[in-house]
Amino acid sequence: MKIFMLGWEFPPFISGGLGTACFGLTRGLDRVGVDITFVLPRPIENADAEHVRILSPASATAGRRAEVPYATIASEFKHVTIRGVDAALDPYARPSDEPSTHQTERRVAESPAIPAQPAPVSVLGNSPGSHYGGDMFAEIERYATLATNLVSHETFDVVHAHDWMTYLAGIEIARESRRPLVVHVHSTEFDRSGFHVNQRIYDIERAGMHAARRIIAVSYLTRNIILRHYGVDPRKVDVVYNAIDDDLEEQSRTELPPIARDDKIVLFLGRITMQKGPEYFLAAAKRVLEVMDNVRFVMAGSGDLVRRMIELAAEMGIGHKVLFTGFLRGDDVRRVFQMADLYVMPSVSEPFGIAPLEALTHDVPVLISKQSGVAEVLTHALKVDFWDVDEMANKIVAVLRHPPLQATLREHGSIEVQRFSWQDAATRCLQVYQTACGSA
Amino acid sequence: MASVCFYFQIHQPQRLRRFSIFEQDAEYFDAEANSAILRKIAAKCYLPANTVISELIEKHDGRFRVAFSLTGVFVEQCERYAPEVIDSFQQLAETGAVEFLAETYYHSLSFLYSRDEFVHQVQRHVELMQRLFGQTPIVFRNTELIYNNAIAKAAADLGYQTVLCEGADHLLGYRSPAYLYTAPGTDVKLLLKNYRLSDDIAFRFSSKSWADYPLTAEKFARWIGDVDGQGYVVNLFMDYETFGEHQWADTGIFDFLRQLPAAVLERRGNDFKTPSELSTYYPSSGEFDVPHMISWADTERDLSAWLGNAMQSNALHELYRLEPAIKESGDEQLLEDWRLLQTSDHFYYMSTKNLGDGTVHKYFNPYDSPYDSFINFMNVLDNLRGRLE
Repeated sequence: MKIFMLGWEFPPFISGGLGTACFGLTRGLDRVGVDITFVLPRPIENADAEHVRILSPASATAGRRAEVPYATIASEFKHVTIRGVDAALDPYARPSDEPSTHQTERRVAESPAIPAQPAPVSVLGNSPGSHYGGDMFAEIERYATLATNLVSHETFDVVHAHDWMTYLAGIEIARESRRPLVVHVHSTEFDRSGFHVNQRIYDIERAGMHAARRIIAVSYLTRNIILRHYGVDPRKVDVVYNAIDDDLEEQSRTELPPIARDDKIVLFLGRITMQKGPEYFLAAAKRVLEVMDNVRFVMAGSGDLVRRMIELAAEMGIGHKVLFTGFLRGDDVRRVFQMADLYVMPSVSEPFGIAPLEALTHDVPVLISKQSGVAEVLTHALKVDFWDVDEMANKIVAVLRHPPLQATLREHGSIEVQRFSWQDAATRCLQVYQTACGSA
Repeated sequence: MASVCFYFQIHQPQRLRRFSIFEQDAEYFDAEANSAILRKIAAKCYLPANTVISELIEKHDGRFRVAFSLTGVFVEQCERYAPEVIDSFQQLAETGAVEFLAETYYHSLSFLYSRDEFVHQVQRHVELMQRLFGQTPIVFRNTELIYNNAIAKAAADLGYQTVLCEGADHLLGYRSPAYLYTAPGTDVKLLLKNYRLSDDIAFRFSSKSWADYPLTAEKFARWIGDVDGQGYVVNLFMDYETFGEHQWADTGIFDFLRQLPAAVLERRGNDFKTPSELSTYYPSSGEFDVPHMISWADTERDLSAWLGNAMQSNALHELYRLEPAIKESGDEQLLEDWRLLQTSDHFYYMSTKNLGDGTVHKYFNPYDSPYDSFINFMNVLDNLRGRLE
């Protein structure tokens, strides 16, 4: 089986769950012996410390730069070829009528002095406050053309496209190559927009789902949205849950020096955007602080609502108890997990939610929104409706006050999380591919 | 020949209402849910099953005999929500073919944490049985058949000469639960549950994947007959909710019950005896030494259903730690609330054993997860503690 995969971010440049999932799944597929040509939009050139380069072993992309950071990652793959496409796409960007959710705020928070870099295609993320503008959809179409151009050198059985920005490319490649298209839905416009749906994005998602022979949804929650809002035949939608990287588990065992502290720490880690429910986290924090004093709330992540949340915490009079760290990666993520007594994911709409699995691998108990895919499969977790702020606070207080609760959650949770293997997810994907080919 | 001994356990906890850390009101119990559940089970099980038992006693002219253990917490709720259930049990008591056993009033784990409290609860239960049924129980069964040598001694101290317990394989070895045994160092006779035959009715009756499905009265009577020559008693101990609730009426469980006594009595020498009758009639065949706690719960037959994780032991420990202060306070309502929190079900709901496939623990369990149950319980306990100040 050979797959032409239209994916996203690879380490170390991973800014969210989509990249984590694409990488984990690709590695799982590699291990079960599936050949993959992985098409990766080239990350935007900017002032980021890590100089991310695309490994492009095939001569088709000759002329690209030397590829240092990816080399180690790619060398462990036996069946994967990574092909870079020079397209400036950010999977977490929003169209021009909305502020860019991700890149912009990070620049503001971390490096306001960085001057804009000249960029050939798009200005995305290059200067504070920059937006996609009308370029977003043009860029998606350009990406589709570039990706399609790669196809002439390739033979494969299935085209696998991850999330809407790659769907147009997927449709085009499937049409030209006469191979079945599988679209993988990691999130929908309904999750991201809070039902203020952007019609153009919806149309692309819908076109991708209808053109696809099979659809992979990351949870039943997502499957239901696909069926309800996109008019898709339920028989062609499978659920494949996300998993957790084994390497991460090993990593987390290496001890970092302990951090001395008196206060309990409750952690929010994720993009600070509407979809992730940061304001519910703050509202719960306020309630917790009514009955407990020795607790701090850490909000780690970037996003379009960072400034609003800083203001909101101040308005609520709990500013001194809430810490904003900006976007964290690598050892900083491990460190913040190591400090945390509880990880909270109050998402308004979370198709899956890999971060709670990461927390569990770091021995941090989790409180997750019932409006998440991961809540379907995780039993050793506390669950709450994202809007039920009192109950969220009730559960936070319980974990902080009762060490046996924390210990039991941790003990069972760290065992349960080992059940989520990318190799199992890959095996399920392989079945989906086989079905897609079989029903041709 | 074999003597068949039926003992039915009847208990319903007072389930807690959702109690958040922000609650001020010291009302802990979910009257609405408790009432609804009790009425539902009364209609499906207690009333129809009592009718069947009553008919059978009459039909067989008192040769069909059974024993019940009704917890105080159950009786209180019946008096409040379904008094006709109590009337029905009183009518059964009047037949003279029904024995009532002693246990802790609150269906508690008090033996493990406070001997004073244990004694008080057993005595209170005995008074209740006297008041309702004009009987003074002479056979003791501890909550969930939790048992060890020390419990036999404690029961003996309270004047009981017969105690019920689980016929746990790992302790019986080659021996059979079809004999009576004595607790070491006491005169207390032990009646051991025949868990295979009991569970054939209680758990497997309607299981279509079971090789012996469907279970008929004739077949079951034949299995009882197999005891002949290797013992003389068949102790069928089970929850009364088996009839109509765990096994619904449409499984044929009531018809099975209706037909069983005739099928058993048809064989020469067979009879039905209540626990005290067995104890009087049959000798002990030796000592049954139980140094560690056993119970009738789950496959482990130990305490792990209530004390299997850190939350459970923490909750129990914190609860019993309040005993001296609660008793010193002289506040009757506080004492009563504290005792109602001792009901073992609260801790059973916190079990993390076999989560996902632990269907038994889900039965009328008001919580989505053991964690929610712990949090709720601890919030109530926190409020209770606050009332002491």
